[in-house]
Amino acid sequence: MAFIDRIKEIMSSSGIEAEVSEGKGFIKVKVPLEQWEEAAKALASNGFDHVKTVTIVDYKARGVFEVAYHVSSFLDTGLAKYIIELSTEIPRDNPVVKSLVGIWPSAEFLERESFEFFGVVFEGHPDLRPILLLDEVVAKHPLRKDFVVKEEGIFR
Amino acid sequence: MSASPALKDEIKLPGMDLKKIGKDLYEVFIGPQHPGSGHMRIIIRVDGDVIVEADPDLGYVHRTMEKLAEGREFIKVIPLMERMAILDACNITLPYVEAVEKLMDIEPPPRAKYLRVLLCEINRIASHLYGMGIFGVFLGHSTMYMWPFGDREVFVELAEKLTGARLTHTYAVPGGVRRDIPQGFREMAEKAARYMEKKLEDYKRIFLDNPAIQKRLVDVGVISKNLAAKLGIVGPNLRASGIRYDVRIIEPYEAYDEIDFEVPIYEEGDAYARAWIRVMEIKQSLNIIRQVLEKMPQGDPLHEKFWAKAPKLYKTVYETTGRAKLIPLYANLKVPAGRAIARAEAGRGEVIYVVESENKTKPYRVRVVSPSFRNAIVFKYIVPGHRIADLPAIYGSIDYFPPEADR
Amino acid sequence: MSQKEGKAYVGNLDVSARKAQDLLLNKAKLGKLVDWATAFSLWPVHLTTSCCGCEFAATWSPRFDAERYGALPWIASRQTNFMIIEGTVTKKMAKAVKVTWEQMPYPKFAIAMGACALDGGIFYNSYNIVRPWQIIPIDVFIPGCPPRPEAVARAIIELQKMIRTKGLASQWIIKGYREEALKYYTGGEG
Repeated sequence: MAFIDRIKEIMSSSGIEAEVSEGKGFIKVKVPLEQWEEAAKALASNGFDHVKTVTIVDYKARGVFEVAYHVSSFLDTGLAKYIIELSTEIPRDNPVVKSLVGIWPSAEFLERESFEFFGVVFEGHPDLRPILLLDEVVAKHPLRKDFVVKEEGIFR
Repeated sequence: MSASPALKDEIKLPGMDLKKIGKDLYEVFIGPQHPGSGHMRIIIRVDGDVIVEADPDLGYVHRTMEKLAEGREFIKVIPLMERMAILDACNITLPYVEAVEKLMDIEPPPRAKYLRVLLCEINRIASHLYGMGIFGVFLGHSTMYMWPFGDREVFVELAEKLTGARLTHTYAVPGGVRRDIPQGFREMAEKAARYMEKKLEDYKRIFLDNPAIQKRLVDVGVISKNLAAKLGIVGPNLRASGIRYDVRIIEPYEAYDEIDFEVPIYEEGDAYARAWIRVMEIKQSLNIIRQVLEKMPQGDPLHEKFWAKAPKLYKTVYETTGRAKLIPLYANLKVPAGRAIARAEAGRGEVIYVVESENKTKPYRVRVVSPSFRNAIVFKYIVPGHRIADLPAIYGSIDYFPPEADR
Repeated sequence: MSQKEGKAYVGNLDVSARKAQDLLLNKAKLGKLVDWATAFSLWPVHLTTSCCGCEFAATWSPRFDAERYGALPWIASRQTNFMIIEGTVTKKMAKAVKVTWEQMPYPKFAIAMGACALDGGIFYNSYNIVRPWQIIPIDVFIPGCPPRPEAVARAIIELQKMIRTKGLASQWIIKGYREEALKYYTGGEG
């Protein structure tokens, strides 16, 4: 059985309507926002034990943030070679998503980082405060697309 | 900066009960100016000299690489990302190059793959030696600073011979590498490998078998196997906790699947095991360098798609001197839309890139998570419960490199 | 004070000390001695601001051995008189740089290392960096990204030359402040 089918099975057996597709170097599992936590629990109970990245992409044109957790496994060598991208979309004007620190403690600093760069609030995070930036910079949420840095071309 | 109530429940992890101690806490700010030259601060709360809570305060070297990458051409992102860990430049940018290659659907020629592995391993040795040197500084062991730093120059010079730059090589470019192997490199590499093997014995004698060092490192900062997986730490620190996880064997990239090597594993998970594992990894890297030079296939170091479009002058320069210049085609490199993820094993652990393109000359989003950032969580959960004098030993053993963590 | 009278006339101690200082230091030879001594006891503080720290460390390693110029990185800022800004200074680090610089006893000197310390370098448009010359007065700039250890060694020698020819250290002690540095303190956003 292909690995992607196994992920589909994990998702459907937990009653989650996930779109599972294969990307370049990862397997994308897109879930609706309401089933965010259940999907994470389903993956965690199947041996995915750590978070590699918490990636947020700002789609300003569509007015959404895509929140993606890239998870994999250390202890289960069979799973270790796959990266699962668990993603959902949240509205740009109300960026709130449930924190997954309770399920994966390794996401703690990564979520704090995303919080300061995008202003995404992770509900239920034990210690949600900026980690890298000073407060005055955090207020700008620098990685959002509406924060523009000036760029010099070759000929100015 | 007081601890949130939720944090006090979390801190149970390493086996300390904060509630019992409660009142007589003393706050100590360590860094960013401290003897280890770290660009990071740890705020610790101590009871007597036992640390009950540690709060790593990162971001002293945050230079906003992810944001700046969105405004630069694909090729210009490589030197930008390189500044994250200039002592480990090839390893740290390789996944980015791989991700771009995945998006463009090209595969570098076999010779380029071997050349990349070659520089990666040279970088890994240099990076480990740097880490060991800084570890020596932390422990007040001056000789252990001097020797690895002196020996590191051998490998820095090797990289300079190969690429032309001491630290910032920008060697791997999408589709291949920038230069071919120069004349006389093999002999130089063999000499360096022989020298290093001899020196590793010296390190053992003066540092690892030193009873004073053993007293300070054994059973200090123990990370158990399960805890390591839970915290998501990477690299030699993870392998010192008994987890066999190395991207080079889990998902062999470049030419690693054709090379025979071992990944050292230690079960103890303490600072002493983390010191040992670096020495053993250097040994394996020397082995890899030898194999690479032996097995190196013939051919161009750059993908024919780019090579065919190169001006004639470039080809003549390459054929006569072995130096391939960066082809102007790269300046307006358009990468097809999509998202690609690539990872590699850098000196300090797994580095992972998420590159999103919109079929433009500039990336839409480049997300990078570096090994040091993922290791930083150790300070919060492993340091509590130790004495204040153990902190340098733990800090040094993690081989934490702040510019890499802060990006 | 003389033996005959059997008394020591101290008078106003501050004034006496001031007079003695003027007398001693304004004599060319002692001022030169101070400059000479300072030039060969530059103690850089252990504050690494960015990635040029790799080459900073290599400068003091056995291959390049900058210790032979009388400079050795030292731990506490109170016991140092020399600062090398290694590369980019972020906004967060700028505060630490300023605090460390203020803690150092004068006469003190600074070298800015790397393109980022000149004018931002590769991070010229970053939202999180400051130029080091906005925070502290810089004596010598080293271009390069990163500069080679030889360049750092050369900058130390240049600084030694500056101290000895311009009398930076002795003038600073005599006046109590450094005239040419004042403009850095007032300019910039700090």
